[in-house]
Amino acid sequence: MTEMQLDAELESRVAELSASIRESAASGTKLAICGSGSKDFYGNAMIGMPLDVRGLNGPLRHEPSELVVTAAAGTSLLVLEETLSSANQMLAFEPPHFGSQATVGGCVAAGLCGPRRIATGYAGGALRDHVLGAKLLDGRGNLLSFGGTVIKNVAGYDVARLLAGSLGILGVLVEVSLKVVPRPTAEITLAVECDEVAALKYFGDWNLQPWPISASSWNDGRLLLRLSGATTAVRMATRAIGGDLLDEQTAANFWRGVREQTDSWFALTPEETLWRVSLPAGAPTLDPRKRQSESIFLEWHGMQRWIKTRDRSHTSLREQAHGFGGYVTRFRCGVAPDPDSRQIPAFEALSPALHAIHQRLKAEFDPSGIFNYNRLQPNF
Amino acid sequence: MTTKTDLTGARLNDVASALRNLLGDDRVLVGQESTRPYECDGLVLHRQTPPVVVLPQSSAEVSAVLQLCESKAVPVVPRGAGTGLSGGATPHQNGVLLSLAKLDHILHIDPRNRVAIVQPGVRNLAISEAVALHGLHYAPDPSSQVACTIGGNVAENAGGVHCLKYGLTLHNVLRIRGCTMTGEAVEFGSLAPDTPGLDLLALVIGSEGMLAVVTEVAVRLAPKPQLARCILASFDDVTRASDAVAALIGSGIIPAGLEMLDQAATHLVEPFANAGYDLEAAAILLCESDGTPEEVEEEIDRMSTVLKKAGAVALRVSANEPERLRLWAGRKNAFPAAGRASPAYYCMDGTIPRRHLGSMLREIKRMEQHYALRCPNVFHAGDGNLHPLIMFDDADPDSVERALAFGAEILETSVRLGGTVTGEHGVGLEKLDTMCLQFDSHTRDMFHAVKRAFDPSGLLNPGKAIPSLHRCAEFGRQKIVGGRLPFPDLPRF
Repeated sequence: MTEMQLDAELESRVAELSASIRESAASGTKLAICGSGSKDFYGNAMIGMPLDVRGLNGPLRHEPSELVVTAAAGTSLLVLEETLSSANQMLAFEPPHFGSQATVGGCVAAGLCGPRRIATGYAGGALRDHVLGAKLLDGRGNLLSFGGTVIKNVAGYDVARLLAGSLGILGVLVEVSLKVVPRPTAEITLAVECDEVAALKYFGDWNLQPWPISASSWNDGRLLLRLSGATTAVRMATRAIGGDLLDEQTAANFWRGVREQTDSWFALTPEETLWRVSLPAGAPTLDPRKRQSESIFLEWHGMQRWIKTRDRSHTSLREQAHGFGGYVTRFRCGVAPDPDSRQIPAFEALSPALHAIHQRLKAEFDPSGIFNYNRLQPNF
Repeated sequence: MTTKTDLTGARLNDVASALRNLLGDDRVLVGQESTRPYECDGLVLHRQTPPVVVLPQSSAEVSAVLQLCESKAVPVVPRGAGTGLSGGATPHQNGVLLSLAKLDHILHIDPRNRVAIVQPGVRNLAISEAVALHGLHYAPDPSSQVACTIGGNVAENAGGVHCLKYGLTLHNVLRIRGCTMTGEAVEFGSLAPDTPGLDLLALVIGSEGMLAVVTEVAVRLAPKPQLARCILASFDDVTRASDAVAALIGSGIIPAGLEMLDQAATHLVEPFANAGYDLEAAAILLCESDGTPEEVEEEIDRMSTVLKKAGAVALRVSANEPERLRLWAGRKNAFPAAGRASPAYYCMDGTIPRRHLGSMLREIKRMEQHYALRCPNVFHAGDGNLHPLIMFDDADPDSVERALAFGAEILETSVRLGGTVTGEHGVGLEKLDTMCLQFDSHTRDMFHAVKRAFDPSGLLNPGKAIPSLHRCAEFGRQKIVGGRLPFPDLPRF
């Protein structure tokens, strides 16, 4: 089978989708690409006729010794992770599912990463770091194939990685190949009582050490640190860091709760908004005085900070984040959002130079402008 | 006869004098004598003396040069240290060669946050040297790391022997500042995780200098491993060695380095490097562990057990740093040794799914007979990236022809086995034809479209990396000559 060929079932579904895309392109009908809907809350409001892509199914091709898995976009993320787990492997970016029916395509299109992102080397990193290849139906209904199934590949522009986090604006993901990594032999979680300033100082200090840190968080006077790796490495780091050891089940539940935002801290009242603040390593504490009833949850050594506030306005938060070289995303609104809550764009505006490149890329991939209009940036 | 795109005569004078107004006389080179050193990069099969070479010293100067060239419709070819192996920096006959060698300052080092900000002309190794006192290093280590620059590493998405464990350039760059062909300043990525919009940083890295010119790079630093030890494992069969690699990785080990040399390669390098390789072995594996002393001890034990079980006939573990370096010296000297054993050699760079290694090596054996040329193999075994070294005589046109055909057939085989024509050296000019085999016309069209989105006038490093429709049609026509389509199962345009 060559790289371009698809499994028969997938191929026939692709042909159907391709036909509907061509039709929509001809009539100028905007399409909202839908998987399970687990991440519908993310990004700007969806506009257009739903295009259900859950039918994009095919055999899961997992090659443990090649460290790669290839899955059709409609494949259940849960099933994929269970398959990897049975070979003692995993996705290093620990993606949030945000729903039991989450699909692989939705996971890649959203580009979201869990706590393990801060682990160094192969053991962590962003979702896009682990994308090796992707097949995409573009706005002309053509099937394109970027990258491949091998770890090292510099043939052609790295469009497969561009699709990670693109929220479907460039086309319909059909199939993706992801790099997988072995599960660590040892994993423990330590708790240290400290305030936010001390936590941020710890994170900087620990950056100077070769410790196998695979997650960190701070909230309400308690810092939690996960170490994953070889047994001896974990043992040595544990001895050096100190703190209280969490039992395995408590720790696993905690990190799952953070990843899935099922931890009680992430529960929102109808009036609350959850903001994601992305900051350079070493950024100081954000001053909460300008916002109403604010609560903060740090992850990734303080590079990802969740802010829960009743304040709909993002101005003061964005000003502070910009001052430190970071960005703010409106991540979620409370359960009963008022219709205006999604009026504020979820993501920040692009510089004029990048905006122009985005518009031209969008016009090349999707000349009729039908896919996920508005979702990533207003007006395209 | 000259046409209006020729950069000769009055037009050359006009462009050169405008460039001198921007940079002064010293940093605008015109005339064979001063521009000849830029005639090729590491791919010496392609040479072209550039009409003009410019050496800007700041990002503002880079921007001004680009703006000028855009306004005068002059192509621009960016160049770092010129160590690239695929002709990505081969000059344009009617273009300006833009050397970034003078942007060579380390701007900022922040050890607590594991970040260094450097200009593109800073050498790869110089970053690691500058941060060593903090116990940190810049992990990607292409074999040319003494000479190659970070700007070139970004253009090629450079790897290295440690990339299975520590990643490629892509995984270790946080932010790039640069200019598009119009001279407009752009910033891709950020020191903060994730930026609004599409991940253009991922697209720009590895784009072979065709989307933007890099003027500043923020790299991620990593803790420098305290200790490294290397296992030399001998196998009496290449397939068994390859299976051992699968067994290692399947058992959950990610070695810091994992290299294979076939017997022809060990025989090639041993006289030069005195590495102490087992010359009886059909293949050897170099398998490295790094980390804290305790981690390394634990991992070397696990590795040894797996390798023995997988049929290694002999194992030797480096007892100290000099011995480890000696083991690596053989691998690192493979290219120079090929250069000394033969008038010329042609290094290929295909990557294949590792399970096909045995059949690939059998194919290469057959091709050695067919083309009457020797081809030792060194191989980044952990990630399936092959470096067959085709040895030929560059003074003999027939030998050159056979070497090129041999190389093309290896790359075609890589594609057929589900791999790629280039794992880390880039497409450049060298692999344009084989790109026609790897990607169908819709996908290739989209690559051209991506280029247009960044560089609508198409003046930045034109003609590299992505073959034109015409070129693929021509390539297809040549392949059918002889009545045989080489890969009938591949989609055709």
